Amino acid sequence: MHDKLKLATGALATLLLAAPVWASAAAGAVAEGAMVKIKDPAREWDHLWHEVIVDISIIGVLFALVTAWFIWNSRRRPGNEVGASTKLTPAGAVGWVVLPVFVFLSIDLYTAANGWVLWNSYRDVPANRLEVKLEAGMYSWDYTYPNGVRTQNELIVPAGTPVLLRMTSRDTLHSHYIPDFRVKEDSMPGRITYLWFNPTKPGEHIVTCAEYCGVMHGYMAGRLIIKAPEEYAAWMKDEETRLASTVPESAKPAAMPAAATKKSAKSAAKKT
Amino acid sequence: MNLKEWIFTTDHKRVGVLYLIGSIAAFVIAGIMALLMRAELSTIGPTITSNPTQYNVWLYTHGAVMILGFQIPALTGFFANYCIPLMIGAKDVAFPRVNALSVWLFYVGVILACLTFFIPDPPDVMWTGYPPYSTITTGNTAMYSFTVLILGFASIIGGVNFLTTVAYMRAPGLKLSKLNIFVWCTLGAFILQLIFVPVLGTAVTLISMDKYLGTNFFDPTKGGDVLTYQNLFWFYSHPAVYVIFLPFIGVVFEIIAAHAKNMVFNYKMVVYGGIGGIVVMSGEVWIHHLYVSGMADWLRIGQMVTTLLISIPVGLMMIGLIGTLYKSSIAFTTPMMYALGVVFLFLIGGLTGIPLALPSLTIAVSDTYYVVGHFHYVMAVAGTFAIFGGVYHWFPKVTGRMYNEFWGKVGFWITFVGVNIVFWIMMDVGVQGMPRRYYDYAHFPQFEGAHQWMTLGAGILAVGFTIAILNWILGAMKGAPAGDNPWGSPSLEWSTVSPPPHGNWPTPPSVSEDWHPYGFKKA
Ligand code: HEM
Ligand SMILES: [Cu+2]
Ligand SMILES: [Cu+2]
Repeated sequence: MHDKLKLATGALATLLLAAPVWASAAAGAVAEGAMVKIKDPAREWDHLWHEVIVDISIIGVLFALVTAWFIWNSRRRPGNEVGASTKLTPAGAVGWVVLPVFVFLSIDLYTAANGWVLWNSYRDVPANRLEVKLEAGMYSWDYTYPNGVRTQNELIVPAGTPVLLRMTSRDTLHSHYIPDFRVKEDSMPGRITYLWFNPTKPGEHIVTCAEYCGVMHGYMAGRLIIKAPEEYAAWMKDEETRLASTVPESAKPAAMPAAATKKSAKSAAKKT
Repeated sequence: MNLKEWIFTTDHKRVGVLYLIGSIAAFVIAGIMALLMRAELSTIGPTITSNPTQYNVWLYTHGAVMILGFQIPALTGFFANYCIPLMIGAKDVAFPRVNALSVWLFYVGVILACLTFFIPDPPDVMWTGYPPYSTITTGNTAMYSFTVLILGFASIIGGVNFLTTVAYMRAPGLKLSKLNIFVWCTLGAFILQLIFVPVLGTAVTLISMDKYLGTNFFDPTKGGDVLTYQNLFWFYSHPAVYVIFLPFIGVVFEIIAAHAKNMVFNYKMVVYGGIGGIVVMSGEVWIHHLYVSGMADWLRIGQMVTTLLISIPVGLMMIGLIGTLYKSSIAFTTPMMYALGVVFLFLIGGLTGIPLALPSLTIAVSDTYYVVGHFHYVMAVAGTFAIFGGVYHWFPKVTGRMYNEFWGKVGFWITFVGVNIVFWIMMDVGVQGMPRRYYDYAHFPQFEGAHQWMTLGAGILAVGFTIAILNWILGAMKGAPAGDNPWGSPSLEWSTVSPPPHGNWPTPPSVSEDWHPYGFKKA
């Protein structure tokens, strides 16, 4: 609640005068969005992306055609040796500001409202989620499941359960990017960020690093493996048994002690 | 013509020409880096180097030199120096010696950037220099910091100089309401430089202090914060895109008005709404570079709105440009071709920026080739076309000679085709998930074909740019005499002889009531 309030104040404060129009537009859009039962930001992304691309294509083609027509009509030829546009009247000059401002402003506010709705889908995580911790490092993704099971470069999740990643880094910046799920967010030392996605069908997807993190940045890839719920449960059971039989190993602290972080990162950079 | 006279010159025109030579040299160097990168990316796995650091150094040099060594100096160094005193009817700038200092610093900066190729551990921090990597890399981050500081300082000095010059040295009778659009644009750009460069200077100084002096501004294990750097960096570097945009669109206004012989459409709208709007708004949108960096949600949403609103002043300037074409008389000269090219490239670049204003859409395409394609259209290529067009436009004034019109157009069309191949495909693979700053893309084998097309496109555009540069060199040496005012423009720079003598006019000009820089008359 408190966060929503801040969100709204921040947005509205920036908006000043146009706030009423925008707020009502946003409210309308929110109501529409609430109808969708199972949220899937990736799908909504495709939808909004498509819409925005169509809109900008229309605007672009219109502008380009008008420009091309002006250019063709104005080519220099006998009888047209010098430009003939006359000075605008004061009313004309003002009109040519007010009209475009009005058009641009409405497009902006409409786009902003849609963008805000989708943003809320990306940031409001469903309650029935699987929460996995991610520590990124040069150059691997290390996942820790709620029961302590750990994997490296393989994020294995059950189909049908939203997945929330709480992310940090032990050295430089990284960005956990799953192109097929249209989502990424940086992970960085000293801060915790999050992202979530909704895996619906079993399958395999690429996870790749989207923030320049060092020499081997281009090779920092992993896999997202979505298993059918039963298969996932079986896999998790195996992992749990294995974890139980190797207690001493996994009793190590999850992250390196803070003071060591910078040093180890330094030597890691030197090694490569 | 002796070298000493040129090095120690305080004449604004010579300072300008020195800036031009230096920045075109920087463009060639950074362009070669781009070709090397494109060659490397033409196949999966090692192609021309097996060392990722080598690629990262090329990319660092390409980005940093293109922006700090080519576009900003060409626009606010060459065009501003050469054109502003002539456009306002002044003998020179207000502080000629300070002006000379600024071009010296610029050369120091460019030489420093070029030393990257000769030192053992060149910087590999990208032009953004984000910590923690920049503070732990074995690459030479100090080199990055000093290059930025020196080039930034050169530019600030220029800013003080030109604001003073325009305020106090206008020809008698030249009211502010009759300044060339380019002069207004450059003033806007310099105001932004004066306000924001110090912030960048702070940011890059602090990373070097963290790396070499043991401070912890950005080290979270000792109380620092990595995000602070990103905020400082973009607090400058977003306005910096307007430092590039304003002068380049100003150049385009001058070219279009002169070669279409038409009054600029709705001058006041362009100056107050467009330029003024951009100067006021440019400092409130930097968070759009941090949409996936873990900023507070309310900031991301707030600056989504401000970012979208920037479309208003930018849109007004576009209307000013396109309106100037209406009922005009267009001669399709080489500079005009480049200027019209900018209109189309900027249209594509500007519109593809709209999705990037939304954090919710950016969450997928941030840090991918979509962004790289977008900003090459909107700034890198549109800006470069404006610079090339501007050099062609003022070429007769600077050299007194004419370039070759045929080869000028050939160069334009080749480049135009090349850039559209490269950067259109770039946006396409980006939307499909190709991340930027990748030496290799082994886990995206499906993009290999697209990468090969991009490499081909880069080869094509390089041929076009080479033709243009050769055209200038040959034209300057043995072009036909151009006359003082080949375009028939009333703008003041064309009222003196070509090339203008020291002091610009034998007797200083004064302007009459009915004079206007865009008041074109039948010949
Ligand atoms: C003219 C031909 C050009 C070509 C073929 C070209 C090509 C490229 C390529 C392939 C990349 C991205 C590589 C990667 O992410 O791994 C890149 C990045 C970049 N380019 Fe260009 N470019 C050109 C011109 C310019 C110009 C004129 C500018 C001027 C501003 C410019 C500024 C940049 C910047 C700032 C980056 C980002 C660097 C970074 O990621 O740190 N480019 N260019
Ligand atoms: Cu990375
Ligand atoms: Cu920006």
